[in-house]
Amino acid sequence: MEKPINNRAWLLVAPVFLIVAFSAILPIMTVVNYSVQDTFGNNQFFWNGLGWFQELLDPSTELGGRFFAALWRNLAFSAIILAIEVPLGILVALSMPREGWKVAATLVVMALPLLIPWNVVGTIWQVFARADIGLLGYGLNWLGIDYNYTGDTLSAWITIVVMDVWHWTSLVALLCYAGLKSIPDAYYQAARIDGASRWAIFTTIQLPKMKRVLLIAVLLRFMDSFMIYTEPFVLTGGGPGNATTFLSIDLVKLALGQFDLGKAAAMSLVYNLIVLAVCWVFYTVMTNTGSERADRGEPA
Amino acid sequence: MASITLDHLAHAYRPDPRGPQDYQLKEINHVWRQGGAYALLGPSGCGKTTLLNIISGLVTPTTGRILFDGRDVTHLPTEARNIAQVFQFPVVYDTMTVRENLAFPLKNRHVPRADIVRRVEEIASRLDLSAVLDRKAQNLTADAKQKISLGRGLVRADVAAILFDEPLTVIDPHLKWQLRSSLKELHRALDLTMIYVTHDQTEALTFADTVVVMHDGSVVQTGSPEELFLRPAHTFVGHFIGSPGMNVLPAEVRGRTAYIEGIAIALPCAYPALPAGARIELGVRPEFAQLARAGSGLPVKVRRIDDLGRTRIARIEIAGHAAAATVPEGLSIEGDAAGLKLDPAQIHIYADGALVAGEGGV
Amino acid sequence: MNQSSRASTFIMVLYLIFLLLPIYWLVNMSLKTNFEINTTVSLWPRDLTFEHYIKIFTDASWYTGYINSLTYVVLNTIISISLALPAAYAFSRYTFVGDKHLFFWLLSNRMAPPAVFALPFFNLYSAIGLFDTPWAVALAHCLFNVPLAVWILEGFMSGVPREIDETAAIDGYSFPRFFVKIFMPLIASGIGVAAFFCFMFSWVELLLARTLTATNAKPIAVTMTRTVSAAGMDWGLLAAAGVLTIIPGALVIWFVRNYIAKGFALGRV
Repeated sequence: MEKPINNRAWLLVAPVFLIVAFSAILPIMTVVNYSVQDTFGNNQFFWNGLGWFQELLDPSTELGGRFFAALWRNLAFSAIILAIEVPLGILVALSMPREGWKVAATLVVMALPLLIPWNVVGTIWQVFARADIGLLGYGLNWLGIDYNYTGDTLSAWITIVVMDVWHWTSLVALLCYAGLKSIPDAYYQAARIDGASRWAIFTTIQLPKMKRVLLIAVLLRFMDSFMIYTEPFVLTGGGPGNATTFLSIDLVKLALGQFDLGKAAAMSLVYNLIVLAVCWVFYTVMTNTGSERADRGEPA
Repeated sequence: MASITLDHLAHAYRPDPRGPQDYQLKEINHVWRQGGAYALLGPSGCGKTTLLNIISGLVTPTTGRILFDGRDVTHLPTEARNIAQVFQFPVVYDTMTVRENLAFPLKNRHVPRADIVRRVEEIASRLDLSAVLDRKAQNLTADAKQKISLGRGLVRADVAAILFDEPLTVIDPHLKWQLRSSLKELHRALDLTMIYVTHDQTEALTFADTVVVMHDGSVVQTGSPEELFLRPAHTFVGHFIGSPGMNVLPAEVRGRTAYIEGIAIALPCAYPALPAGARIELGVRPEFAQLARAGSGLPVKVRRIDDLGRTRIARIEIAGHAAAATVPEGLSIEGDAAGLKLDPAQIHIYADGALVAGEGGV
Repeated sequence: MNQSSRASTFIMVLYLIFLLLPIYWLVNMSLKTNFEINTTVSLWPRDLTFEHYIKIFTDASWYTGYINSLTYVVLNTIISISLALPAAYAFSRYTFVGDKHLFFWLLSNRMAPPAVFALPFFNLYSAIGLFDTPWAVALAHCLFNVPLAVWILEGFMSGVPREIDETAAIDGYSFPRFFVKIFMPLIASGIGVAAFFCFMFSWVELLLARTLTATNAKPIAVTMTRTVSAAGMDWGLLAAAGVLTIIPGALVIWFVRNYIAKGFALGRV
């Protein structure tokens, strides 16, 4: 059924448009304004054209080197957590209890990490993983494993990755679980009648039906890990050295720490553009998945 | 190829059934002949889908056994039963082509490649699916998808019976008829046992040789469509089959006469063995009750006359009880007084809903 | 119980232990004295104490943090839902100029990194005099919560047949009355799900909340980051404050537990 055309619907959308525009467009304009100026302090600004952008995108400069290092670090981080959280989330969703009080209890425990303020997530892992007072840190060292996330880069990365897995796998699992719940029983019955193995049921029924929610899960996890700030900030503060300084951490250091407004603004814009581009790709893919039933003409 | 025997079968979804009210399916003994076309007919919630799922092995019955050609399969899983099932909503594997869908059950059973190819081609041509074999199953219409589900059952050479669970629910009306006749054709060509669950009497009566009518968890009658029409074994069957359904009127029977609120009706035979204290009813189908001019036959009141095209049905009242009757061609009634003539051979007497056999008939 | 469901139970139990272990450790620490924390690593408090909790509930600089946080979270949830309701209705019922682009643009804001907005928001809310008030944080969080609420509500509204709107119009309901009396009750669970997610994302966010407040509206999360590192690490107090921030979330989950799966089922979060 086609939706009727009615441009007065804009009246209903207007409040949302205004408030989001107020929160998004005005600040972005400020950022654009800063990004093309330089300052020597005292609120005196002068035109700098695309200077900051050239510096930012040139890895040989100090700013550019710093930006690309943070960008690669962030991409590596996103890739690692996606590679862990997506399969693990699917596995957990497949392992959900079928019925009864166990479902409610499991759902509540699973959702718990999602509702903890992000800095508290950092705090939890800080007290859990510290080598002197934390169960994990103390336990690993007791087992003879040299582990100290405040001093050792590898330990720090492992801790941050495990923390993110702890924090967000449930989101992937809940999305997948909802996708699985929407599969009618008849599919499973038909598969049993057709003699399908457990693996065949997974690849031919469950995975295709989860495709849409999985796309959303990957999108959300990619975006949120790409803008991760609070948890590593609390846990490691970006260290040791700059080993866990991700884009957002670097940006906040630049903007609110050093008040290097021009550089920070240029970085913000490039950062935001990357996010928008990825977002658009996902949105297009997702919209196509929705409509492909209709227009996928298969070769005869 | 098998006959299927239900032996003292009963099922309750509760783990600890106490009384008969806890049973969704009350004790059933029945034999489905090899090669028969059966319909399992009844309103929603009468237990017919439960019965179907017990036969296919998706549900294990609480008590009783189920035998395929004498072999006890009660506790065998679905995949070991050689059963195929077509569900209410089309089930196809979205990501596969039609060809892959049809080959799927054979691939899972490790049938040699060459045999798979041959079987798939054969079944596809039987089902008119050859043209779309390499299309994605997801993009086809509902009736094509139902054919694919059916095809996945038919490709298996060893299949003992095909079960249909209201398979035409989502099919367009004009295609229903077509699909049903291709089912009948397949049945004749392949000599398969088919069990077809439906709540639609037209579907049941046109598809099946034998109709099993279920009501409230039990089988109330098994018979050919003709038997169900002429000799309903239960007032429920009388109501449920035929449109409008059978007239069922409270009556008293003495000798060869029934009395409805004092109005005498001659019966073809005597009913000396009527259980005392039972609710006695007289049943006659509208097709065997003809309206006549006032003064002839039983006195009735006409409420309205519906013109159904080929026939006219009168909604009448006999001594305050609503009933329906056929209006003979050419008869016109003025006012609301009329007469009613019953075909004595088609009058049945029911005690507590069940048909009672008469004695000394003509 | 067959083999595969035993494996499932095993995986599930392992996963739940993984989730609960760090939280258990936090609770454990919050009930220990700082002396015990710093000297031994023990699986349960040897010297059980509630001193950290007592401190939080009696010291105004601590408990006002909770009040501030809850204030802007509730404000934000109310603003987001009430603005998103009519907009979601428009998206679910009508085609209008630019609707697809608008929808994408809204959603893209859900994905925008808060770090990008920290500084400009600071300037903006200072300029309009809302800096260090709950309103600043509540409005700033609208950036990602309003699009989210629109998205979730649109999904639920599309599930309501349009004939209902038409029937109500024929019965002589005015649009606002129809919307409040008939339509909103129909999507009540959707409103609940959307409110849940608005609450959640506003409650867990720290970067903007920290940037836009100084002393008067300081949220609890910030209180934790600022006071603790002052005179050495007061681990016990930090842990107790952490435990107390988990409780509102846990309560909310408990109330909506039956809707969680439904909300996720739309594939929209």
